[in-house]
Amino acid sequence: MDVNSEMNKGNAVNVRKMIEQKKSSRNLNNLIEKVMPKLLFVIASISILTTVGILYTLLSETFEFFQRVPIVDFFTGTVLRPLSQDPQFGVLPLLTGTIISSVIAMFVAIPIGLMTAIFLSEYASDKVRRTLKPMLEILAGIPTIVYGFFAFTFVTPILRDIIPGLQATNILSPGIVMGIMIIPMVASLSEDAMSSVPRAMREGALALGATRLEVTGKVVIPAAISGIIASFVLGISRAIGETMIVTIASGSTKNFTFDITQSMQTMTAYIVEVTGGDAPAGSTIYYSLYAVAMTLFVFTFLMNLLARYISRRFREEY
Amino acid sequence: MNIDTTTQTNTTPKYIDKDTVQKRMNTRLVKNNLAKGLFFVSTMFGLVVLAILIFRVFSQGIGWINIDFLTGRLSNNPDRAGIMGAILGTLWLMAVVAPVTMLLGVGTAIYLEAYAKKGKIHSFIQANISNLAGVPSIVFGILGMTIFVRALDLGGVVLAGGLTMSLLVLPIVVVASQEAIRAVPNHLSEASYGMGATKWQTIKNVILPAALPGILTGAILSLSRAIGETAPLIVIGIPALLIPFPGGLMDRFTILPVQIYYWTIDASLVAEYANLAAATIIVLLIVLFILNSTAIIIRNKFQQRF
Repeated sequence: MDVNSEMNKGNAVNVRKMIEQKKSSRNLNNLIEKVMPKLLFVIASISILTTVGILYTLLSETFEFFQRVPIVDFFTGTVLRPLSQDPQFGVLPLLTGTIISSVIAMFVAIPIGLMTAIFLSEYASDKVRRTLKPMLEILAGIPTIVYGFFAFTFVTPILRDIIPGLQATNILSPGIVMGIMIIPMVASLSEDAMSSVPRAMREGALALGATRLEVTGKVVIPAAISGIIASFVLGISRAIGETMIVTIASGSTKNFTFDITQSMQTMTAYIVEVTGGDAPAGSTIYYSLYAVAMTLFVFTFLMNLLARYISRRFREEY
Repeated sequence: MNIDTTTQTNTTPKYIDKDTVQKRMNTRLVKNNLAKGLFFVSTMFGLVVLAILIFRVFSQGIGWINIDFLTGRLSNNPDRAGIMGAILGTLWLMAVVAPVTMLLGVGTAIYLEAYAKKGKIHSFIQANISNLAGVPSIVFGILGMTIFVRALDLGGVVLAGGLTMSLLVLPIVVVASQEAIRAVPNHLSEASYGMGATKWQTIKNVILPAALPGILTGAILSLSRAIGETAPLIVIGIPALLIPFPGGLMDRFTILPVQIYYWTIDASLVAEYANLAAATIIVLLIVLFILNSTAIIIRNKFQQRF
């Protein structure tokens, strides 16, 4: 800047002075050039530190838990009574709760999500797709707490009118609402997979006299199957990790049952309940939190790996 | 031969009889149309539920929104309860999450795009980030509770909540910034190098300004995710009690979604709480709507095409 202003004043350009200035700033610049990559590397490793932090806290406290409760009892126990005189820590009630709610969610999300994807990718005109897709994505942007409120105060009362014997907190209503929440995710990932199938393949089939439905069923879906299945797996993973909807609407009864009209607790809801209840640090119930969180983490982690494996391994190249 | 072709062209209708084709294809065409209708109905299903949800929340809560509700303190009496504390808490949370995620996210993106050699470390960090994006939010809550609340003994304060949320939304900012940086064309940085600029000078003066709209879009989306998330904050012990308004990083606080949560589960005790929850949801949805529209405006208006 100094140099510029001197030049503007009309002084002769003092090259020697410019070189001096350059020299004096060179040291600082050199320092910055050396320090920045290292600083940025430190910043970039925070993501790794986070993963290490998650694994370390979960593993060490889970280890402590298994010192007190045998691992076999944990994974095969059908009774979860952490607060009773004779506490029992079987994770199966939570596992069935989690799996059943996820299965219900996928019964909603997979067919509707896939059909939505087919409509958007194969039938809708460009204009229709460009209006409908962002509107659907609003669904994905609504906070889960709002879905929880919706499930508890709106969907459950309606379902209770239809299904007699449905409990005020049950696993059916949060499962359905969770499925609705996941629809845009399944739809948008499947649509991406389907629209990356080359046009030429569709046109070939259409030219042979196939209807759009046949093109979709016999050409597009088989070609995009890896991306579609990956979207299902990611949807399941999302349902397993979802917390607020099930915490609010499925209750806190640790039922080991397969009856969807009953109140059940999921792994995530258990974590919320225990942390909300001020479990004293060091108690067995406090450590059980980590064992459950570890189980949850492993489940979703494997699901995410599987999704990535499927979409990579079975991707067909055209 | 010649005669053959002429007869063929003249009698084409006999070879391709549209009526016969139509008749043969009829069932398949009907199936196609039925399926099309079904697919359309499925698509509309999500939108109809969205409309019902929004209508339901607004009709239940809009009557409860007034100045007293927006500026009032929490109260056990539904008629006097206000959400000023939760609004301030949400703002304080954003005040932590925004700078922390920007610094960490953009820094990570610059390192990955500009400095890291494409090798093991690069793909390791990259895989790590996509894994973190798939970890359930509640697990981040456990991490925050263990490290920030208990190990560092911060308690359920703004700083602990903000750091937890920052780690949760970090992958969003990193991925968005990476894409923005990658979209800056090479000739810009080559011109900068050609003028004698160093690498950092090029990044600071050329690449980052060009990538700024994309980075900002990602940052705003991550903010809107952070203020909509509930589970991690409940796990680290954010209460919805009658606490003083937060005034600093080390103050206890509550935010809108946590407030909604406690009012929803208490709605079976006091019916009016459900209306308060609905009113708070309206406020939250409006905040999210403003944030997301800002992100879209930035993306559409300032995104330069090179």
